[in-house]
Amino acid sequence: MPRRSDIQSILIIGSGPIVIGQACEFDYSGTQACKALRREGYRVILVNSNPATIMTDPDTADRVYIEPITPDTVARILEAERPDALLPTLGGQTALNTALALADAGVLDRLGVELIGASVKAIRKAEDREAFKEAMESIGLEMPRATLCRSVADVQKAAEMFGFPLILRPSFTLGGAGGSVCYEPALLDRQARAALAASPVGEVLVDESILGWKEYELEVMRDRNDNVVIICSIENVDPMGVHTGDSITVAPAQTLTDREYQRLRDAAIACIREIGVDTGGSNVQFGVDPRTGRVVVIEMNPRVSRSSALASKATGYPIAKVAALLAVGYTLDEIPNDITRVTKASFEPSIDYVVTKIPRFTFEKFPTSEPVLGTQMKSVGEAMAIGRTFAESLQKALRSMEIDRYGLEPLIGDVETVRAKLKAPHPDRLYYIADAMRLGLTDADIEAITAWDPWFLRQIRAIVELEGAFAGLPAGTVSRADLRTMKRAGFSDRRLAALRGTDEATVRGWRHALGLRPVFKRVDTCAAEFEAHTPYLYSTYEDECEAAPTTNRKVMILGGGPNRIGQGIEFDYCCVHAAFALSEAGFETLMVNCNPETVSTDYDTSDRLYFEPLTLEDVLEIVHVEQPMGLIVQYGGQTPLKLAQDLEAAGVPILGTPPDAIDLAEDRERFQRLLADLALRQPVNGIARSVEQAVAVATQVGYPLVVRPSYVLGGRAMEVVQDEAGLLRYVREATRVGNDRPILLDHFVDRATELDVDCVSDGETVVVGGVMQHVEQAGIHSGDSACCLPPWAMPAEVVAEVERQTIALARALGVVGLMNVQFAVRLVDAPEIYVLEVNPRASRTVPFVSKAIGRPLAKLGALVMAGAKLADLGFTAPIIPPYLSVKEAVFPFTKFAGVDPLLGPEMKSTGEVMGIADDFPTAFLKSQEAASQRLPTEGCVLVTSADEDKAEFVALARRLVDLGFSLMATRGTGAALTAAGMTWAPINKEYEDGDTTVRAILDGRVQLVLCTTKSPALISQSRKMRRAALQRGIPYSTTLVGAAATAAAIERLRAGDVPVRALQDHHARLTP
Amino acid sequence: MLNHEPAALLLEDGTLFRGRAFGARGATAGEVVFNTAITGYQEVLTDPSYRGQIVTMTWPHIGNTGVNRVDVESERVQVAGFIVRDVVTEASNWRSEQSLDAWLREAGVVGLCDIDTRALVRRLRVSGAMRGSILTGEAAEAALQARLDAEPPMEGRDLVSEVTCGETFVWRDGIQPLDGADAPRPGVETRRYRVVAYDFGVKRNILRLLVEHGCEVVVVPAATPAAEVLGYEPDGIFLSNGPGDPAAVGYAIENVRALLGSGVPLFGICLGHQILCLALGGTTYKLRFGHRGANQPVQDLGTGKIEITSQNHGFAVRPEGLPDGANVSHINLNDGTVAGLDHRDLPVFSVQYHPEANPGPHDAGYLFRRFTDLMEAHRCARD
Repeated sequence: MPRRSDIQSILIIGSGPIVIGQACEFDYSGTQACKALRREGYRVILVNSNPATIMTDPDTADRVYIEPITPDTVARILEAERPDALLPTLGGQTALNTALALADAGVLDRLGVELIGASVKAIRKAEDREAFKEAMESIGLEMPRATLCRSVADVQKAAEMFGFPLILRPSFTLGGAGGSVCYEPALLDRQARAALAASPVGEVLVDESILGWKEYELEVMRDRNDNVVIICSIENVDPMGVHTGDSITVAPAQTLTDREYQRLRDAAIACIREIGVDTGGSNVQFGVDPRTGRVVVIEMNPRVSRSSALASKATGYPIAKVAALLAVGYTLDEIPNDITRVTKASFEPSIDYVVTKIPRFTFEKFPTSEPVLGTQMKSVGEAMAIGRTFAESLQKALRSMEIDRYGLEPLIGDVETVRAKLKAPHPDRLYYIADAMRLGLTDADIEAITAWDPWFLRQIRAIVELEGAFAGLPAGTVSRADLRTMKRAGFSDRRLAALRGTDEATVRGWRHALGLRPVFKRVDTCAAEFEAHTPYLYSTYEDECEAAPTTNRKVMILGGGPNRIGQGIEFDYCCVHAAFALSEAGFETLMVNCNPETVSTDYDTSDRLYFEPLTLEDVLEIVHVEQPMGLIVQYGGQTPLKLAQDLEAAGVPILGTPPDAIDLAEDRERFQRLLADLALRQPVNGIARSVEQAVAVATQVGYPLVVRPSYVLGGRAMEVVQDEAGLLRYVREATRVGNDRPILLDHFVDRATELDVDCVSDGETVVVGGVMQHVEQAGIHSGDSACCLPPWAMPAEVVAEVERQTIALARALGVVGLMNVQFAVRLVDAPEIYVLEVNPRASRTVPFVSKAIGRPLAKLGALVMAGAKLADLGFTAPIIPPYLSVKEAVFPFTKFAGVDPLLGPEMKSTGEVMGIADDFPTAFLKSQEAASQRLPTEGCVLVTSADEDKAEFVALARRLVDLGFSLMATRGTGAALTAAGMTWAPINKEYEDGDTTVRAILDGRVQLVLCTTKSPALISQSRKMRRAALQRGIPYSTTLVGAAATAAAIERLRAGDVPVRALQDHHARLTP
Repeated sequence: MLNHEPAALLLEDGTLFRGRAFGARGATAGEVVFNTAITGYQEVLTDPSYRGQIVTMTWPHIGNTGVNRVDVESERVQVAGFIVRDVVTEASNWRSEQSLDAWLREAGVVGLCDIDTRALVRRLRVSGAMRGSILTGEAAEAALQARLDAEPPMEGRDLVSEVTCGETFVWRDGIQPLDGADAPRPGVETRRYRVVAYDFGVKRNILRLLVEHGCEVVVVPAATPAAEVLGYEPDGIFLSNGPGDPAAVGYAIENVRALLGSGVPLFGICLGHQILCLALGGTTYKLRFGHRGANQPVQDLGTGKIEITSQNHGFAVRPEGLPDGANVSHINLNDGTVAGLDHRDLPVFSVQYHPEANPGPHDAGYLFRRFTDLMEAHRCARD
């Protein structure tokens, strides 16, 4: 059947900010869907609050709404646009939940909007655990024995029935949030309470334990004619008990016979039919008892998911694109397979390589949280690797992680520690298993502790044995046969060098002298049965190379690798824009990246895709085959930037800003000289290479201090220390974190406002893209601070001066491409402007600025790197929008038990949202709503402030009282309120007896928390209060400026009628 | 560092692959083909349709789940040789009883691993399936060539006589449950239909499924005369899969032609489908490299529905010049080749693919029901 002609316009809901459990895979799927549907002639309307996405580019959809994804806002957009249909299955749980809410509220019926892809009934049947269980029983599929609990008593009853351990899973939450495994009765009450609180409907599913069972996922597609195909099977290396997002996974399944696999296939098909997903993709998860083969269904997602993005990249089958086309009426046999061109989408991909995905964790950001994995997802990103064997793909995935490991490096040297470490699932468990093998544990021993399948253990052991054999070869060079054996098993040159006690360059020298280079094979969906027309390539050590490079003018773009806090989707956005712009300008584009969630690793994005680790070795081999005219290294964040100097030394042409400028900006001493030459100010600072030196330098610089190791992104290990005791504590930890690199000490410019500037330079002309004023005071990491473009409260002459300084810096550094500068401004009599940091590369704010000013900065940067001039590109003057754009950060605190949600110089946010409006309070309000901060319009505000803030604080409290809020305060703050003539209800501090702040928050007596705290002692005292607010989902502000902005937003919220407006309409108001 | 016994493959076009040996040591030759199924190597190895062929698996790790007594499609390993990228010697599966390597060694089947199997497959895709020889040990090219030259080409080759049963027998086993006891489960109690199955190299799962569908199955040798078949008073006749060139089994074509006049419902799979076509007066031809895998999309032209099928064939039915009354009922969506036939006037139908799966998806299992429905309708008409 052809496409439906009874609908003309379709609204797609995105997934909002990047959070744990919902990352850029939904930008990948949403972008694919938008492109596919527009190509079919539909008018596509998009809602997503996340500015760092490709899907919110004004050319991705006909109408782009960067607005909060709340039922109210989406309803307004539906009113304004009156689309014929809503497609809710591409924006993760956020889109599904929003669509359900709109259906429940009768909005869809009232406006005559049809839900396509999945019906309300199907979504409910899959999402509601009781309904799902019933459905599975009706088709003869087992689920783990489970019971739905609505109280702690219910959970206790379940424990009596099933015994321990027990799995607790709250209904309707993201990434298994609030879920846990309970091992002993003593902990049951606490865990049950937490799980009940995490569920928005107060329901928890309590499961019998199937810990240690094999875990599989199948990606299923169905069309309106009830044709069903399986795209990919995925096997979790970590057995049941670890969230699938946190598991190492392999595609396809490795340890099932055909009959066993077909049983899962039959079950998955029965499942999608019974749930009634009309068209599109779903994901079904199974547990299989390794002893008996008993199969249970774990869950089903009636939408595209993180796993479907992985499956798409693993097979070359574009699940989201096909799902979108199926939703508008096509059938699988009508949709062509882009890769083979001759076949259709109605088939099941067969692959002739192994795909391994490894999750990326950032437990180091949350030191108070135990690095133990469970049913709640905690990873913030992932890398995928392709190899012809499991060993090769695993080792490629390991070096893709960018954690300074290049293989299975030993971590633990004694058997008792290893045994102890293996017991709880730890992010490094794979390494510990290899250590256990080196220390003499048998596969059976390890299986008994970890429940990892013996097949995987044997594969790991083979790697460990090869390491031993290679290290034991006679001294000197090695034979071609031996080196080939190692390379075929996926070993990096760097790991081989470590095994031979030499360096990477030496091994590379041997390898090249022996004529050992990788070949590149194609991902083709069909195991070579048909010719592949899409150059989607991976390296392997085999005979035949299928790269078939062209002689075109080509540019290679190095991506950012796995997402992590500090380096995420913003950099992928820049890489994708570089590919788009250069392709339009007639270059052939080559993308290198290893992050399966991204748009950059869509084979449609660049002319040629190399799905490869971003290490020197891997990049050099691609360069050898392709011989590009140049590489772009400034768009993928720190990952490619770190390679720049080595690549240049190896003779690889780097486009744009010379790598030496990176060093100049990063090297404290060189940078100081540069600033002195330009007569620019920076906070008094120094550098220290020992503890004694640090103390001495600190005295010169003066407290408070910002301390950090050099060469970091995302403020890794950065802290503000108030005194010598704090410094000493920090130095002990930092020297460990900083790998013996020196630490930097800056005087902390207190009570300053930060300004962030992005600019583009062609080497002659420098144009400022945007100046952003931070909402939070200096001292909060720029990635964690809300900011506003243009500055909403900053004297024009300060902004002009900051622009002047930016241009001077770009010229002095020889920037060709993008650059970001951070300033601290102290508005005293004569404003003091300090340069905090210069980054001669694309910054995290590039997508936000581009959307705010309506000019694609990353595209412009890529074009000037390739030789264009800004004058020719028509970008010679800054754009000052007549509206305000506010960026707000989104944090993962709820996923990490016990972590203090207080902000500081170390970045902790995973994502961002954008609010656009004509005035600051409205823009800020939108950003808060988009970040899921539900601001109250009435009720009680709990206020507690640091002593030095009290005067400003009192004024703020008055504003809230005028709005009709009542106040609750601790004694010190309360005294100040009384002095100002305000009434307040007293409450005890959390460490005191009686009625405390924590109790008041947990009881629901507080609707808003304003708490500013600075001293370390007070910080630790008020931690529980902030956790309580977090747990109850009560908005809180921890800074004065943030609190003032919140008050303004509440005023705006009470005024009502917040307008929505498409990005295209905002941009139409810009003067060119 | 590692010492392995070498082995080599020589193709008819002169391409040489050197890797290492597994399974039995020695020499072998056959038509080199590839199979894209990810699971099911044990079923592939025991499928009689692969007689005379050296099978290359495109999926790199073979042997992961070992071998067991149950997942076999005939009583022995049938392939002439086996080529994989990586042979896994230590299996992991709760049903595994032996390693693939040991099993092949016992079966006397030569294996070659550690070659660039993707390069080999691309060669076969472009140049077509062709003869090849494998020698283990330090194989000289001349020795490989000599072994290759001794191998007859696939066209015109009657391999059916090598794999068919020696004498008639009754098959009684149904499908053994995966988590059940060791012994095969007896089929359902009521046997409503008697089916005579021509064994051209029949896969056991076809017989098991016939039993599951209430059939008493009499399996007869490939050359059994039509009259003898009719002597069993069957409700239906089944034409099995099998190896080689359909045009080379003239005796079978003759017998089927004779049976067409009997009015007894007839169902053919794979070679049986090709034989039915030839018996009806159609023609067959050799495909360049055939269809072997578990992901082949087939469309039922009657319903428009798509089924993902298991396939294993090097020859196909020519759609042009089909005799009057014969219809193309199914097509392969990848290349439009004929995937099924039925007939306007006769109670016969056949498919080129494998509804019995093993290995592969179960989408086409409805065809067994279609066969019993046909027998039921025929019986009602007769009574």
